[in-house]
Amino acid sequence: MTGRLVTSREALLAGALMLLLALVATRFPGFVAPANLARVFNDTAPLILLALGQMAVILTRCIDLSVAANLALTGMIVAMINVAAPGVPLAALIALAVGLGTLMGMANGILVWKLDIPPIVVTLGTMTIYRGTIFLISGGKWVNAHEMGAAFKALPRAVILGLPVMSWVAIAAVLAFWLVLTRTTLGRAFYAVGGNPRAATYAGIDVGRTQFLAFTLSGALAGLTGYLWVARYAVAYVDIAGGFELDVVAACVIGGISIMGGVGSVAGALLGALFLGVIKNALPVVNVSPFWQLAISGTAIIVAVALNARASRSRGRIILRRAEHAA
Amino acid sequence: MKRRTVTALAAGLGLAASLMGTSALAQDKMRIALVVKALGIGFFEAAARGAEEAAKELGNVEIIYTGPTDTTAEGQIEVINALIAQGVDAIAVSANDPDALVPALKRAMDRGITVISWDSGVAPEGRQMHLNPSSNELIGNMIIKLAADHLPEGGQVAVLSASATATNQNTWIAEMNKVLPNYPGIEVVATVYGDDLADKSYREAQGLIQSYPELDAIIAPTSVGIVAAAQAVADAGKIGQINVTGLGLPSEMAGAIESGASKSFAIWNPIDLGYSATMIAHALASGQAKAEPGAVIPIGRMGSITLDETNTAAMADPFVYDASNIDEFKSIF
Repeated sequence: MTGRLVTSREALLAGALMLLLALVATRFPGFVAPANLARVFNDTAPLILLALGQMAVILTRCIDLSVAANLALTGMIVAMINVAAPGVPLAALIALAVGLGTLMGMANGILVWKLDIPPIVVTLGTMTIYRGTIFLISGGKWVNAHEMGAAFKALPRAVILGLPVMSWVAIAAVLAFWLVLTRTTLGRAFYAVGGNPRAATYAGIDVGRTQFLAFTLSGALAGLTGYLWVARYAVAYVDIAGGFELDVVAACVIGGISIMGGVGSVAGALLGALFLGVIKNALPVVNVSPFWQLAISGTAIIVAVALNARASRSRGRIILRRAEHAA
Repeated sequence: MKRRTVTALAAGLGLAASLMGTSALAQDKMRIALVVKALGIGFFEAAARGAEEAAKELGNVEIIYTGPTDTTAEGQIEVINALIAQGVDAIAVSANDPDALVPALKRAMDRGITVISWDSGVAPEGRQMHLNPSSNELIGNMIIKLAADHLPEGGQVAVLSASATATNQNTWIAEMNKVLPNYPGIEVVATVYGDDLADKSYREAQGLIQSYPELDAIIAPTSVGIVAAAQAVADAGKIGQINVTGLGLPSEMAGAIESGASKSFAIWNPIDLGYSATMIAHALASGQAKAEPGAVIPIGRMGSITLDETNTAAMADPFVYDASNIDEFKSIF
């Protein structure tokens, strides 16, 4: 019924997001104040960043469960370096975070590409390895706020043109991903590999290599987010962002990115992440029992996915057709 | 000689040092072994300092500070076996596993060694008594007192807990609510749950700050929650308006005390704990006290403890840390 009225999955999701905001506003009007919405966006920035990387991976029919562990490990490493050598410039630390994240993403990619191991197994393994490594290098100890340098903690919070740097990083990543996915051959390759790997091979696309690049991108974003996360919450320990990989996958799925690969858009990933972000930020202020909070979060995910499944059933191939036109 | 070397190696450096010491000393010195979860942990190093303090006070006591290199029950069993072979007078253990150590500790008691557990307990059949750092009642009272002490006019406080199903947290909060009438003017407006995740705790604290513009204090009886709440208060520019307090570790809270987001917080003092465990072990091993329900055992400068029906006792109120002592403790644990 609604399927005919709604022109796209993104519009449907945007509508659901508005409805959600309106519902929250009836309980707590201050939630929809622009300043608070900016705060919610900023809080959701790490989820957006990781959802973008995850989206590239899911588009190629893979999944990356190691993103949260990758984030935690890079976060711990840069925090420990910051404590041990306060003289290292922040730019070098950020470059290191992105570099380490990229390497960890490449490790996933290589295993999937060269050894042909199912991605869920590879990343489940590396997830555990990365988490274990944090324990090994830190000895289970925390890196605390007073040990980190002031500049190290200040960057994600610094406000430029009314928004914190963390928000700007997310916005820049969204724009960059939109460009890559819609205007480059790599972006086309992601869709082609996920949409129909055999056809992609015939079209001269190296499926394994494309998947490898998707994992690399996802890893790089996780590394960058690792620094932002640790600096923002001003603490690094073994369990930071525990279970966050599931939020990231949920954001993608809510955003209409097909777990079967080949279908999805940057706007979808963004809206999916925002949808989860709004729920996470709204539930504490509308004063719902914590037991209901879990149930509500879960229900929202299932409803969103059910709507998406309905919408995508007849639309599964449209993006491929669009891909043909573009190519 | 060879055999001795092997034993010494197995028992760790601390024991090796003490072995060399005892060979020269008179045998009438009472030897109390402080067995910790693992060597190299700041909390236990501090407990050992307390034990040394007690030994000095008691006079003829020698402390053997030992433990495995990682927090395993197997490692502790090896250490305990070595201590039995050494014929120490008392073993005070913070156990890695409540049940796994029981057979080894029973063997120790069969040889006439006094066995007590402290901090992390052993099942009742494996020890003569257990010393808890504090009790649920004392903790519940302490966390509300920490908030109320800075609110002489009364005010609104909110609780940021770990998960809604965490037994210890819920018990402390229930105990806190029981003594709430003793603090007139203090109103607990909400209890929220951060699940011991930094990001969720931060978000819940932000929610509290938004929902209750008049909020005066956030009580977080969890080490993850208190740090996240302090960060959220600092980021919201509410330092001086909202005081974050509860239970935390000095090393993790030093930044929050420095910034003023937290005026004070509490946690058991490991030095006092090591001191008290040594005092109790000495009293039991020397026959000055008997470990039986209802027994009152003096613990030096810490006063005295009373054993309950499971031969368990609580040491004291959690120790309060603030700007005056945080620098001393932040490097310890």
